[in-house]
Amino acid sequence: MTRLLHALRRRLVVIAGLLTLAYLVLPNAVVMVFSFNRPNGRFNYTWQRFSLDAWKDPCGVADLCGSLSLSLRIAALATLGATVLGTMIAFALVRYRFRARGAVNSLIFLPMAMPEVVMAASLLTLFLNMGAELGFRTVLIAHIMFCLSFVVTAVKARVMSMDPRLEEAARDLYAGPAQTFLRVTLPIAAPGIAAGALLAFALSFDDFIITNFNAGSTVTFPMFVWGSAQRGTPVQINVIGTAMFAVAVAVVVVGQLVADRRKSRAEK
Amino acid sequence: MSATGGPPAPPAPAPPVRGRSVRKRLVPYWLLLPGVLWLLVFFALPMVYQASTSVQTGSLEEGFRVTWHLATYKDALADYYPQFLRSLLYAGTATLLCLLLGYPLAYLIAFKAGRWRNLVLVLVIAPFFTSFLIRTLAWKTILADGGAVVEALKALHVLDVTSGLGWTEGDRVLATPMAVVCGLTYNFLPFMVLPLYTSLDRIDPRLHEAAGDLYATAATTFRTVTLPLSMPGVVAGTLLTFIPASGDYVNAELLGSTDTKMVGSVIQSQFLRVLDYPTAAALSFILMAVVLLVVTVHIRRSGTEDLL
Repeated sequence: MTRLLHALRRRLVVIAGLLTLAYLVLPNAVVMVFSFNRPNGRFNYTWQRFSLDAWKDPCGVADLCGSLSLSLRIAALATLGATVLGTMIAFALVRYRFRARGAVNSLIFLPMAMPEVVMAASLLTLFLNMGAELGFRTVLIAHIMFCLSFVVTAVKARVMSMDPRLEEAARDLYAGPAQTFLRVTLPIAAPGIAAGALLAFALSFDDFIITNFNAGSTVTFPMFVWGSAQRGTPVQINVIGTAMFAVAVAVVVVGQLVADRRKSRAEK
Repeated sequence: MSATGGPPAPPAPAPPVRGRSVRKRLVPYWLLLPGVLWLLVFFALPMVYQASTSVQTGSLEEGFRVTWHLATYKDALADYYPQFLRSLLYAGTATLLCLLLGYPLAYLIAFKAGRWRNLVLVLVIAPFFTSFLIRTLAWKTILADGGAVVEALKALHVLDVTSGLGWTEGDRVLATPMAVVCGLTYNFLPFMVLPLYTSLDRIDPRLHEAAGDLYATAATTFRTVTLPLSMPGVVAGTLLTFIPASGDYVNAELLGSTDTKMVGSVIQSQFLRVLDYPTAAALSFILMAVVLLVVTVHIRRSGTEDLL
């Protein structure tokens, strides 16, 4: 008994860590299990019996798949915009000396240090004052705005750790500025840009608060889920949540495998 | 050539410069221009509009005009200070819980996970890719009345204690402060774990060996070596948790009741349903000021701690 207690005490950190991990993963497991539920009534909160109905007809609920494709389109465009603008800022910050550097750094930092609801409300006052029509365009503008800082941070970290001698070497070998950038700088910075883009996509796709304020009558996927929490939650929501989780894990695992293979090939 | 709208180029030095080098010196401004303009117009300018809205009076029909009606701030605080204090209390509690729960997990990933490290990291990040609203709704199932969790807490007499403290009500967890804090903690836990992991991962394991060689116990090693070196992660993690949690209204609306409303809910309903723009803008402005104050103090204080 004392030996058991001793062993437990020695592994206390591991046990506590695994419990936290369980806390993090539990809701995903619930979402998955309840995608096979056939609820009585409008809300999918209590387990009734096993059914594959929702998986066979994921778009069987009005407006659900429309909102999903809208969210995907907004996320794709917001990722593109934020990644291009953010990468440019990151290169300027790391590679050049210029005035107002501190001001630019603050402007990048502040959106990340601001509760979303403050940005959402203030942006809405701007749009109301300008008489802008709320919808796809205002949501896209907002998403590019709050994703930008995260892209800058991700790309900056990568560019800062780049060895400048690689570019010097390229120039010594008579590569022009454009050639150096495209064939040396960009490939080395690519993982940082990819990480920033992935983060922007996830943030935009999942954003609710800023969208809630600035979407008008446009319904993105998170807005659909929010509405369904009042009207009744269709099982299809869980199907899409589960599918998203599976795709995300697959992307990360495949990415890891590709990176591992490249690494082992490079070591040979 | 000039950078329109961008910050002014540095003044040219005395000897005349050739066009090419001037152009070269303008490169960073051209790179910055589109992104910085975007942030100025859609992040900074809205703050100005919000400040101006908060001192306007009027109605939706007649329009709003700036009248420097500062009483809006006083009235907003007088009407909504419970929601304000609740937001800070819930966000603070959730941040503390995130730190207590997240530290062992980050420690596990950094030092104990071995070949499982990447898998555990994926499990920490992957929930990000499932809509957080769906995951928050799952807590309605987990904490349901008469469900396994509630029954277990009842059997262990935990609910007696928490109900005594006012965190839960009778045999219910849903629609109580505990459910809201539980949801907030869950939603922002990855933001705590990741920076903690990053700073723990940077610690040279030889420092632990050295501490052991010098006869430090595990507890002493943690207190004098690991914890101080992980402080940057603690600071970043607490900020990344507290800031979004303080303005959140999703958890309070989905898992709470009218008695657990946070300031975010008030701003949202004043803006989108009541259409009392000045009050909403004033509340949002106060929230921003409080959060910026917390951020500044937190960074300053931890900065001096680093120097010690």
